[in-house]
Amino acid sequence: MNDMAPTREQREAKLEGMGCKRKRVEDARFTQGKGNYVDDLKLPGMLHGDFVRSPHAHARVISINSEKALKVPGVLAVITAETLKTVNLSWMPTLAGDVQMVLADGKVLFQNQEVAFVVATDRYAADDGINAVEVEYEALPVVIDPFKAMDKDAPVLREDLVGKTSGAHGPRKHHNHIFEWTVGDKDLTDAAFRKADVTIKELISYHRTHPSPLETCQCVASFDKINGDLTIWGTFQAPHVIRTVVALIASLPEQKIHVISPDVGGGFGNKVGAYPGYICAAVASIVTGKPVKWVEDRIENLTATSFARDYHMTTEIAATKEGRVTGLRVHVLADHGAFDACADPSKWPAGFFNIVTGSYDFPTAHLSVDGIYTNKAPGGVAYRCSFRVTEAAYCIERGMDILAQKLGMDPAELRLKNFIKAEQFPYHSALGWEYDSGDYHTAMKMMMETVKYADLRKEQAAKREAFRRGETRDIMGLGVSFFTEIVGAGPSKNCDILGIAMFDSCEIRLHPTGAGIARVGSKSTGQGHETTWAQIIATEIGLPADNIKVEEGNTDTAPYGLGTYGSRSTPVAGAAIAMAARKIKAKAQMIAAYRLEVHEDDLEWDIDGFRVKGLPEKTMSMKDICWAAYNSVPPGMEPGLEAVSYYDPPNMTYPFGAYICVMDIDVDTGVYKVRRFYALDDCGTRINPMIIEGQVHGGLTEAFAIAMGQEIRYDETGNVVTGSFMDFFMPTAVETPHWETDFTVTPSPHHPIGAKGVGESPNVGGVPAFSNAVNDAFSFLGSTHIQMPHDFWRNWQAAKRLGAVG
Amino acid sequence: MAKTHITMKVNGAEVEGLVEPRTLLVHFIRENLQLTGTHIGCETTHCGACTIDIDGMSVKSCTMFAVQAQGCEIMTIEGVANADGTLSALQEGFRMMHGLQCGFCTPGMILRAQRLLQENASPSEEEIRMGISGNICRCTGYQNIVKAIQYAAAKINGTEFKEAAE
Ligand code: FES
Ligand code: FES
Repeated sequence: MNDMAPTREQREAKLEGMGCKRKRVEDARFTQGKGNYVDDLKLPGMLHGDFVRSPHAHARVISINSEKALKVPGVLAVITAETLKTVNLSWMPTLAGDVQMVLADGKVLFQNQEVAFVVATDRYAADDGINAVEVEYEALPVVIDPFKAMDKDAPVLREDLVGKTSGAHGPRKHHNHIFEWTVGDKDLTDAAFRKADVTIKELISYHRTHPSPLETCQCVASFDKINGDLTIWGTFQAPHVIRTVVALIASLPEQKIHVISPDVGGGFGNKVGAYPGYICAAVASIVTGKPVKWVEDRIENLTATSFARDYHMTTEIAATKEGRVTGLRVHVLADHGAFDACADPSKWPAGFFNIVTGSYDFPTAHLSVDGIYTNKAPGGVAYRCSFRVTEAAYCIERGMDILAQKLGMDPAELRLKNFIKAEQFPYHSALGWEYDSGDYHTAMKMMMETVKYADLRKEQAAKREAFRRGETRDIMGLGVSFFTEIVGAGPSKNCDILGIAMFDSCEIRLHPTGAGIARVGSKSTGQGHETTWAQIIATEIGLPADNIKVEEGNTDTAPYGLGTYGSRSTPVAGAAIAMAARKIKAKAQMIAAYRLEVHEDDLEWDIDGFRVKGLPEKTMSMKDICWAAYNSVPPGMEPGLEAVSYYDPPNMTYPFGAYICVMDIDVDTGVYKVRRFYALDDCGTRINPMIIEGQVHGGLTEAFAIAMGQEIRYDETGNVVTGSFMDFFMPTAVETPHWETDFTVTPSPHHPIGAKGVGESPNVGGVPAFSNAVNDAFSFLGSTHIQMPHDFWRNWQAAKRLGAVG
Repeated sequence: MAKTHITMKVNGAEVEGLVEPRTLLVHFIRENLQLTGTHIGCETTHCGACTIDIDGMSVKSCTMFAVQAQGCEIMTIEGVANADGTLSALQEGFRMMHGLQCGFCTPGMILRAQRLLQENASPSEEEIRMGISGNICRCTGYQNIVKAIQYAAAKINGTEFKEAAE
């Protein structure tokens, strides 16, 4: 050792491992316009495909005439359901166990449904072709209101299911019924309600919305006739799953299918499922022998490619007069649109909605969910959410506020009274989950102290008096939200997609000079995996994060993984990365022991290498071990330094957080101002605080959008009336509030690095905070619940209804 | 359809091409010139992902026909870096302040911010928010984009950048 030897701190800092605000590797290309998104791809001879779509929400397709279209210059083919039938692809299976038309087969079931696929030399010619395809429809009566879908005389939507009395999730009660899902103890819960001092019952609706990443869904399919290889570049959050789906439905050998997710411009759940565009592009490429690109426009994205929420939750809570909750009963009417294309793990028709008991110690609960068909777009994706957790969190957090109001109790106090206590973890919920860890009281109190909650309540009381005296037209609301998430799907015992267990994977290969590559089964859509995954490895094996290249999204090179959604990357892939790194470290230790001529057990890990216990100057750095792995391994050991890990998580992880929104609303205009928004998140061990903060900002902004205006709305004939960014609320920098973030750290006890995942928490916790703020503001005027979204118009309507406006 | 010959200056270089009159400028830039840094998020003039700089103005290039850009001087994201290849103050600001996630809005944001700083060298937070309100970002919640622009303004003005207290 010489005087210049780096200090421990310097060695540590050089790694840029976990806990470091490492700047992102991705940014060099993204800030210079050098990202590789799907639409940037241009292959020789590439054609463009685009859809003829239905103007009707429900109609019989009498005829499709492509004659004129085929005469349009540049148009090469028009694919219809009839064409697809020749390859058995006119319908495709959905992830939810239903089937979905790829192209209209005899009828259409929602506006903008795909009817025919026009293939042309460029996107303009394809558009000309679309205009020349003649489709004759016979309009049918529509079902738009979910509460009328199961009326006796409701029109039959899914003629393909006529006579089928059961579906993928059990019996069907009606021709527009998909499934009923029940969890919990009904008798015990009914008894709790009979004995309760106080009960509340409210229909709480979470409206239909859409994830709408800035880049729409798109793909390029290229079939190589000679080798029989099909390559699909696409905006896929789960490329391996797409490969398996293609193999299963197109009967192609899986090794001949190459699915590549290049840079993806945001996902938020929109890019998990398989859409008709992918199938049609692939078929068109097989038919024409040329690469075919499909890029949807924004209107198509909003109206046809998936949706989120549309849950109508009749919520009942039983409690003692002191405010102890004794029972929860929820019935959900779940509007799934025309096909059940939810992207949930297969056995979970309502996702993880049974996390609806939230952060509270409910002795008993009962939940039932009825899924139904309507003439709306299919989907039901987890929009920045772990499979219906957002709906569940909204349901319980609104419910707790309504209960507080009925009890005349402060909503924060009611929550503190009913939280699961730190010493109760691992906690078994009434609806079947085992919460891994939490410290809710500390988080809640920290939030209340930081924002001076008691003072805010005093101010609110004074404002209400002033309002009553006619001195102000502003009303003030405090939106408290304390959420518990359930993420990291998931353990193979209860989570699979199409029969594939929801593990994730990592393969690490180290090179002789102390660098390496990690390939992971997840897929970043903006979360910065190239940066953070290398940080985990840096801490685990002591090589600088800068020396580790991270690669995802290519099914030929990455190990099989289930992809990125439901905040599962860190809990599952993150764990696989740590485990693969630990396998490498174990081998490295054997090499080091051999080279240092000591027994393995005499070595200890020290930041970036091993040292001999008691002889701190006798060391071997990981960098040197890498070199040794390629020239002097112990006799009998294979050379090289690489490892693969497939991680099957033993449990889900349960991030939580305490949020509060302080809002003022002008009753005469309905205009609101978010005065303050404070978000405290506990996502366990924090890998990169900078990226966590960015995720929270982004998730809160999406929550703000959803709660305050973002809606996919249909008129009574089934027209989408919010089908472009003109009508679909997309907050800009002007509307978006300022975010304050904070944290506590309660590591997950079962995760190798204790991390829980964070990406979706702000959406899950944010929506109830905003909605509770609006509802809290109006509550003193006699209102219990106002449905979202809370745009200016609806706020003004509410003020009028409550007599606050003359 | 008959094609029209057009010429313009893009990122300092003279370029030309044959386009249909209906060809959108953004498609000409992305497909004919293969400058794919300019993105398309809506094609309805709402999102700003396609923002470029034309003759000293921020323009959403999905809103213009290529033929309308005849003779214009254009800058796209590919022309933003410093002459020596290093990141411009804004590009650096976005990286340092974590002003991007998926990166899809970033080229449009940077082009808009660059013009904003030419219009107003020391904008307030409110002026920045108003100045980029034609550009939608779905990932960041804008707060770090605002900081990125403040960082760049400070760097260009030679003043000290103070990160606003959270
Ligand atoms: S693509 Fe031009 S504004 Fe959205
Ligand atoms: S970084 Fe994804 S849209 Fe802005």
